[in-house]
Amino acid sequence: MPKGNASVFDSPQVRFLLRMPLPRAWSNHIGRKLLRFLLTIQGLGAFALITLGVMLTKFRLARRVVWPLVFHEISRAGLRLLPMFAFLSAALGLLVIGQAVSWLTRVGAINYLGTIMVLVVVRELGPLLAALLVLARVGTANVIELGTARALGEVEALEALVIDPVHYLVMPRVIGMAVGVFSLTVYLILGALVSGYLWAFLQNVPLRPSDYFQQLTGSLDVLDFAFLALKTLAFGFIIAIVTCYHGLAQPLRLEEISYATIRAVAQSVIACVLIDALFIVVYLAT
Amino acid sequence: MKEQTTSSGPLIEMAGVSVGALRDQSTLMAEGVNWTVSGGDYWVIAGLQGSGKSDFLMMTAGLMAPAAGNYTLFGEQMPIFDEARLPIRQRIGLVFDGGQLFNHLTVSENVALPLRYHRNLSAWQANERVQQWLEALELGPWADSTPGALGRNWQKRVGLARALVLEPEVLLIDNPLGGVDFRHINWWLGFLDVLGRGHPLLGGKPVTLVASTADLRRWRGRARQFAILRDRQFVVLGTWQQVESASDELLHELLMTEAVKE
Repeated sequence: MPKGNASVFDSPQVRFLLRMPLPRAWSNHIGRKLLRFLLTIQGLGAFALITLGVMLTKFRLARRVVWPLVFHEISRAGLRLLPMFAFLSAALGLLVIGQAVSWLTRVGAINYLGTIMVLVVVRELGPLLAALLVLARVGTANVIELGTARALGEVEALEALVIDPVHYLVMPRVIGMAVGVFSLTVYLILGALVSGYLWAFLQNVPLRPSDYFQQLTGSLDVLDFAFLALKTLAFGFIIAIVTCYHGLAQPLRLEEISYATIRAVAQSVIACVLIDALFIVVYLAT
Repeated sequence: MKEQTTSSGPLIEMAGVSVGALRDQSTLMAEGVNWTVSGGDYWVIAGLQGSGKSDFLMMTAGLMAPAAGNYTLFGEQMPIFDEARLPIRQRIGLVFDGGQLFNHLTVSENVALPLRYHRNLSAWQANERVQQWLEALELGPWADSTPGALGRNWQKRVGLARALVLEPEVLLIDNPLGGVDFRHINWWLGFLDVLGRGHPLLGGKPVTLVASTADLRRWRGRARQFAILRDRQFVVLGTWQQVESASDELLHELLMTEAVKE
């Protein structure tokens, strides 16, 4: 997309510098990495803003075409991953409870079982795991689909038909992934809490369901729900933005798609972890 | 006679326009293009592969900004990227060399997409119109196939259907005769004639045509205006008589009247 790419870093001089064979030196290695990092941040930021702008201004435009795509993406990034998440929630409940029970019984602190579930599953592992799995299952497919479409000239075809590629290709994916990660996280957490109790029950922990439920509610507050919603929506948004950016934003050749996929996955993981860290900081501050 | 019915000021007017390559705008494919297209014209732009025909047509269609110069389309200053003026670009259609179809959609979905998007129609609302176009272009049997299942001959034709469904006043066709067999070449030439006269599905309104080619011979008696692209220069030749009387080495190659020089 040639429209919004004018920038300080993204000049032919900088591009040349990044390709130039320089002598091996730490300073130049770090310098290149830093320039690439800044370029990526700038590109991603611009792409995110463009997408948000399109979502705000064109939300109702051509809705008989775009809204079915939104539902399709929600189904792809949410509904169709449910079986895997059912399995995963059972496993997550087992591994958290399994570890916690063995330690808590030794120190006589079995009353904290619910608290630990909230700390580990609700606040941290649940959202992050859901985001990473959606990235692995749908995000990678995103880069490959869009990268192929870009390399085969389908994006130019959209432009020639006066269809905004961001509106037609990116917006459904962003909404689909944000809703998908959010809903899957909710199901994952609910599943893990239930399976956690079942595993505790099987390990003969003397804990009534009502006590367990009270432990859970006691360690949750309103902020947890707000943060969970915000965090998972942010995960979904950022994964969609990073994967769409790497698939669409630069002209790709077919042989470059695998590299674009690798970059997109690495950057999505880093972005998700950074958002998670940001939420911890905010959480500790409140 | 036909020209007079639609001619009312130039549709495309270029003055000193430079065209950058799509992949790298700083590489110029053509410089100082002066070109005027009036309603009812039928242009053929000839050039060898890599001479920048595709980039030129993509710039003309508004996919990228001219690198320099002044380009007005339907009296509007190009490039058009702002939302308010975008409908102007719907009046010019572009058929890509390879069809550039959406591979995840079927043929009929490909053709329906622009119609549905711009008129906000559901699939069944657009269906009647799409079927008419598919029948007109003999694409009926392929309606539910994906582009991957089609040969190159037919992919190009689907690209034509997809561009025509928005009923453009100017149609740019990138290398329609390249890589298709004789039967299809004849079909294209015949169909473009019909479009130039006015197709019933377009309400009999003549379409202004611009086609690019690497083989000039087949356009004899078909197109009315000719130009060539060579060495980054856009040279307007005029009518077929002027093409035949011009003494240009490249022209001999494009007409295949003389063996390529060693």
